[in-house]
Amino acid sequence: MTIARRDLLKGAGAIVASFALRPALAAAALPTDMLKQPALDGWVRIDPPGTVTIFTGKVELGQGILTALSQIAADGMGVDFARIAIIGGDTSQTPNEGQTSGSQSVEYGGEALRDATAEARALLIATAAAARGVPPERLIVEDGTIRDPATGWSTTYWQVAGTGLLHRDAVGTTLPAPARRSIGQSVPRLDIPSKVRGGASYVQDMRLPGMLHGRVVRPPSYGAILVGFDETAVRALPGVLAVVHNGSFLGLVAEREEQAIAARNALVVGAQWTQTPTLPDPAKLHDALRAMTKLVLTISDKGGDMPAPTGQRFEAEYSRPYIAHASIGPSCAVAHLDGGTLRVWSHTQGVFPLRQNLATLLGLPEDRIVVAHRQGSGCYGHNGADDVAGDAALLARALPGRPIRVQWMRDDEFAWEPFGAAMVTKASATLDAGRIVDWHYEIWSPPHSTRPGEGGGNSLIAGWAMDPPQPPGVPKPIPQPNGSGDRNGIPLYAFARQKVVFNHITDMPVRVSALRTLGATTNVFAIECFIDELALAAGADPVAFRLAHLQDERAIAVIEAAAKLGHWQAGAKGGNGTGRGFAFAQYKNLMAYVAVVVDLAVDRETGGIRVRKVSAAVDAGETINPDGLRNQIEGGIIQAISWSTKEQVRFDRTRILSRDWSGYPILAFPEVPAVEITVIDRPGDRALGVGEAACGPTAAAVANALYHATRVRLRDMPLAPANILAAWI
Amino acid sequence: MTRSFELSVNGKTHQVEVEPQTPLLYVLRNDLALNGAKFGCGLGQCGACTVNLDGAAVRSCITPVAVATGRRITTIEQDGSPTLAALQDAFVAEQAMQCGYCINGMIMVAKAFIDGGGTASDETIRDALALNLCRCGAHNRIVRAVLRAAGHRSGT
Repeated sequence: MTIARRDLLKGAGAIVASFALRPALAAAALPTDMLKQPALDGWVRIDPPGTVTIFTGKVELGQGILTALSQIAADGMGVDFARIAIIGGDTSQTPNEGQTSGSQSVEYGGEALRDATAEARALLIATAAAARGVPPERLIVEDGTIRDPATGWSTTYWQVAGTGLLHRDAVGTTLPAPARRSIGQSVPRLDIPSKVRGGASYVQDMRLPGMLHGRVVRPPSYGAILVGFDETAVRALPGVLAVVHNGSFLGLVAEREEQAIAARNALVVGAQWTQTPTLPDPAKLHDALRAMTKLVLTISDKGGDMPAPTGQRFEAEYSRPYIAHASIGPSCAVAHLDGGTLRVWSHTQGVFPLRQNLATLLGLPEDRIVVAHRQGSGCYGHNGADDVAGDAALLARALPGRPIRVQWMRDDEFAWEPFGAAMVTKASATLDAGRIVDWHYEIWSPPHSTRPGEGGGNSLIAGWAMDPPQPPGVPKPIPQPNGSGDRNGIPLYAFARQKVVFNHITDMPVRVSALRTLGATTNVFAIECFIDELALAAGADPVAFRLAHLQDERAIAVIEAAAKLGHWQAGAKGGNGTGRGFAFAQYKNLMAYVAVVVDLAVDRETGGIRVRKVSAAVDAGETINPDGLRNQIEGGIIQAISWSTKEQVRFDRTRILSRDWSGYPILAFPEVPAVEITVIDRPGDRALGVGEAACGPTAAAVANALYHATRVRLRDMPLAPANILAAWI
Repeated sequence: MTRSFELSVNGKTHQVEVEPQTPLLYVLRNDLALNGAKFGCGLGQCGACTVNLDGAAVRSCITPVAVATGRRITTIEQDGSPTLAALQDAFVAEQAMQCGYCINGMIMVAKAFIDGGGTASDETIRDALALNLCRCGAHNRIVRAVLRAAGHRSGT
């Protein structure tokens, strides 16, 4: 069936006219991400071979997001999953959706695609209906075929779309929700087959014609000044084509990768630096944090006008050290300055913000820079991805016409990635007749996001070292309910009197930025440990005590589900090194709910914690991809056990000392517990971000289980064996 | 000084002209265009670069090309290995990764373990993989995938 061109135009024209009547209404109805880019064909394109191409500003980080977004788009369009082609994060092709972070991609990126595809579907149906002269309600869609069940007449998206049908601004047309065909299915991840066969999956695997290899020599410590290096000797090494020096930025380019590494090693040996001790005393980190410059914000204050409660007062302090993203693959980028345009391939979480910082770094207008996302090693936040793109861009500028691949060495990544901030918190509460009648909580935390585009300045460390320097900005606190250091600082429990104070520290002697959950893991750790301490003081079962203080029905349901899955029994005896613990949170108080039961054993000789089993319940609203959700929860649980039992960035007054895996051990295979998960699916409800939701509850449940097993209450992460042994009677 | 080395990789012979101390990893990736083995640490600590040398799992980031010459080098790109095929299928079936950067090492250690006649159990696989790092927390899926592949290979 072919629709005549003039019919198509007539149909399209009629729709434009009707849409034009309600632009003001429509704009308000668009999802946040679409307001910035309302053009429909910026999100969805009907392509001739029978495919639907989807454009998203979100990027694949190994979390399976392109698969999940394809599922949402497939159902939104009413086509089979296999028809969807998806392109993520490319400044020359995709919408600008900021960063892929904060467990927001399914919620916000998915919302934009759901609405964009629904509107595209409505437009395609309306166009076909107008051409056929039937009301659109009569037509149905099956895998892109538009059919009139009454007559058997049919056409397809690919016949109807023509040129430019979707080249118009979205107005917020809504259609009844499509049938769930892809959504809710464990569709296998799109990226996995290539990854098990040595396919070119990662930016690290790019191999462009004429490509050269670059390496950088980072300062040995923060703020170190380069005073001299032996350029002549390095230039004489095999394969070396360029040594790039600007202020204290030092890098080189060589024909072969091992030549670049050898030249880097030679530069490291020959370089002289002036170093200054700028770091706090790690032995007195808590005091140092409290003494730093800060902005004091009261983020919750209620019931203050009520009379001061009577009862027993409790108080405790909790902390976390600086921790590393510690990606398995050091950061990598490819840059190519070609005919005045700089092309950069990067595993950044935000191609547009990175482009902005690259423009500053190089003094190039943004429209001369294209940043395209390519996958990297899992990042769990802001690691060296953006920085190495800056390095590659500077080296590429020195050798126009030649693509340059730069990968950081292991010590570059450990010493220079921005760490997850160390934090200190203090909780106090009054217990009266077995209930918490007053709650006070205070947080001290450095910033948790210094990504490109946040806080002004240049996030890229190459810029910091240049002459003149391009220093970083000072990030502002992220407002609640997302929060930064105060993320999840407000408990979900219903306390009549409650005050929460956030000290947003603006000093950053240690480089910090976004690491999975920002401050939420520390805050949930503190709140959920303190709740356990209060429950025990009240003589109550920790699960029953939590339920007694909660009103949120979904919170109650997820706690009950975890208790059931983990065979929680009130009053079960721990001791002799074996115990179990419970904890719960709703991520950001607005995303997925997770409750966990942790079973562990502690070695009497070494004090080492061996988590044996984690039983978790999750409510993430409508589940898009059940196996993808489970994978994220499992990963979050295991990573949080590693953080809370093992991890701590070591430093002295001058240098970061954790520079390889021996200086930063993480959880290994024999230490990984069994993980069992139950999911409360809520089809039709809003899909809630899940990637970070398990971390805080897991860290807290480990500490609570440690107490149950040993009667040792540790409030500082990591729950170090030496501290356990010292207190274990 | 560069020298010429003959390398047998996945059953094919290649001639490369490099310094003798060049880690095998860079030759595989950059001269032979094999992407599977990954640079992770360059120190033999993480396992992302693992290949098989005469059937044994070795870390190509600290294996000089001069040591690898004259020996049978196998990478994840090898065709015709039933064990490798079973592992690859099993890792897809179990969706056994998140980012997947470490997975080359997991598969190549598992291949050496299965081909070497190791008895696959949850515990023996965890021990075999004890020195391979995964940061995403996909460990249990990886163990299940290896168990599945080992079961398939032994017909159980």
